[in-house]
Amino acid sequence: MLKAEERKPATTMKRNGARRGRGLRQLATAFPFLAPNLIGFFLFTFFPVLASIALSVTKWDLLTPPEFVGLENYANLIGFSFDQGRLQFNDPDFWKYVWNTIFLMGAIPLAMAGSLFLAILLNGKFPGRSILRSIYFLPSMCVPVAVYMLWRWLLNPGTGLLNWVLSYVGIEGPDWLGSTTWSKPALMLAGLWASVGGYNMILYLAGLQGIPGELYEAAKLDGAAPWHRFRYITWPLLAPTTFFITVTSIIAGLQGGFDAAYIMTNGGPAGSTTTIMFYIYNSAFQWMKMGYAAAMAWVLFTMVFAITLLNWRVGGRHAQFF
Amino acid sequence: MPSSSDKSRWRGLTPGRIVFTLFVWGLGFTMLFPLLWMISTSLKAPGKEYIMPPSLIPDPVHWRNYLEVFRAMPFGRFLFNTCLVTVAVTFGQALTCSMAAFAFSRLKFPGRDKIFLLYLTTLMIPGVVTLIPLFVIMQYFGWIDTYQALIIPGLFSAYGTFLLRQFFLGIPLALEDSAHIDGCGPWGVYWNVILPLSKPALVTLIIFTFMGAWRDFLWPLVITNSLEMRTLTVGLSIFRGAYVSDWNLMMAGSCLVMAPLVFVFLFNQRFFVEGIQLTGIKG
Repeated sequence: MLKAEERKPATTMKRNGARRGRGLRQLATAFPFLAPNLIGFFLFTFFPVLASIALSVTKWDLLTPPEFVGLENYANLIGFSFDQGRLQFNDPDFWKYVWNTIFLMGAIPLAMAGSLFLAILLNGKFPGRSILRSIYFLPSMCVPVAVYMLWRWLLNPGTGLLNWVLSYVGIEGPDWLGSTTWSKPALMLAGLWASVGGYNMILYLAGLQGIPGELYEAAKLDGAAPWHRFRYITWPLLAPTTFFITVTSIIAGLQGGFDAAYIMTNGGPAGSTTTIMFYIYNSAFQWMKMGYAAAMAWVLFTMVFAITLLNWRVGGRHAQFF
Repeated sequence: MPSSSDKSRWRGLTPGRIVFTLFVWGLGFTMLFPLLWMISTSLKAPGKEYIMPPSLIPDPVHWRNYLEVFRAMPFGRFLFNTCLVTVAVTFGQALTCSMAAFAFSRLKFPGRDKIFLLYLTTLMIPGVVTLIPLFVIMQYFGWIDTYQALIIPGLFSAYGTFLLRQFFLGIPLALEDSAHIDGCGPWGVYWNVILPLSKPALVTLIIFTFMGAWRDFLWPLVITNSLEMRTLTVGLSIFRGAYVSDWNLMMAGSCLVMAPLVFVFLFNQRFFVEGIQLTGIKG
């Protein structure tokens, strides 16, 4: 849909009076259309980006004047040294939270497999299909803050529903949100429930509906088993969708975990559910380390950018802006 | 695998099909159950939520919980704030983005593509990078804890401009030319030709902005500090701090935060699905 026919770029302005006059007239026409968004863009996006770079080389608590510290914030954040042959991180917490973020992103393949599975189910024939599609989709329409509140209650160790169900099959459920071992899986579970039937399932469903039925019929005639039909028709033809979902999920995952950590665990126990985003929030708005938090945001940007570059390299044919 | 007409779904229910149908419905019920449980807990009398074995049907139905929620916290005010911010941001963004997208796709002026490239570049930058400077700017303007701070930074969006520009480019030039012949200026073309033809893209942008604004948590959390200025999501998180073990009240509050959005979804599902497909195919 978005890959529209492009018009030729604006004519290169030649240095003569008539042309210049036309350029001014064009600007006068275009400016009223452009102005509201452009002013907002410069004030609330472009300028803050530059300001963020400036902030990241200062030490600032909002109360006293900012103090220029060069690259110290970055060095403190990602720097390390060798002390008697042992790796010493300047900020071990940061690396711990990077690890937490990556651990929580481990739910991405599970969520994708789940979305694809649900999409294949919904692509089948059975009574009440459209109602069921709404039901699968419903959790992803809910408000995250309220969803995490609900899961706090479901995961409550003594009286929550999940541990009651587990006790029914003879398993003594853990203190999900109070244990450093189970806190991350608990958050992943809540996130999985909220996302598995959502956007990605709809994208997969659209992909499946785009596969011509004759392919399956021909494969059936050749005696291909259902698994083979999936492996050699469905999976390869869905590759662009899978690629798109993988990239967007990783980019979202790197910046994720704030709402869940804030509502369910406050980042604990023992920092086991603090993600990079939650650390940035705490550094800036709890501990008033504005410069340090800005530097952290740029380190996060670098990670996101690396994924975006990879996206262009590998999937350049899928992402066309110009 | 491929879908066929609605009627054939009901014909020829073989045992295999019956098992399949039961399975998909069982799965659907399992996914729905946490939400049913939330509603059920919100309607149980205090203390009844701990009774084992748990029961889905509250007995007696304790509607008072919802009254309690409104008594404990100014939820009416939270709801008003969220509605005001969501509506203002949604329509404001649709307007500014469509105007800018019109200039970028339909008008010629020097520097057009350079400015648009600048927009594209910022698309890659995560919101968290601008979070701290934005907070500082709001403080400089004296906008902390005001509606301006909740609304104005949300009125502009590089992503929305990009989305609409791509769509506008696909509208045939011939339509515009005939409007010119009829004496339409650029504003006439924008309002009478481009906007009516761009309904799918506009609806998509409106839905995504609406969802995003209603669910937003981090920005209202950092930019407001009085109870009167809090939005539903932030209000609920404060409520959690004060009533941490009153699960009936917490679930009633959560239901209140979710209900309007879920209703919007149920009545506009088609647009959600089409919107996701529109943005997802070639991101």
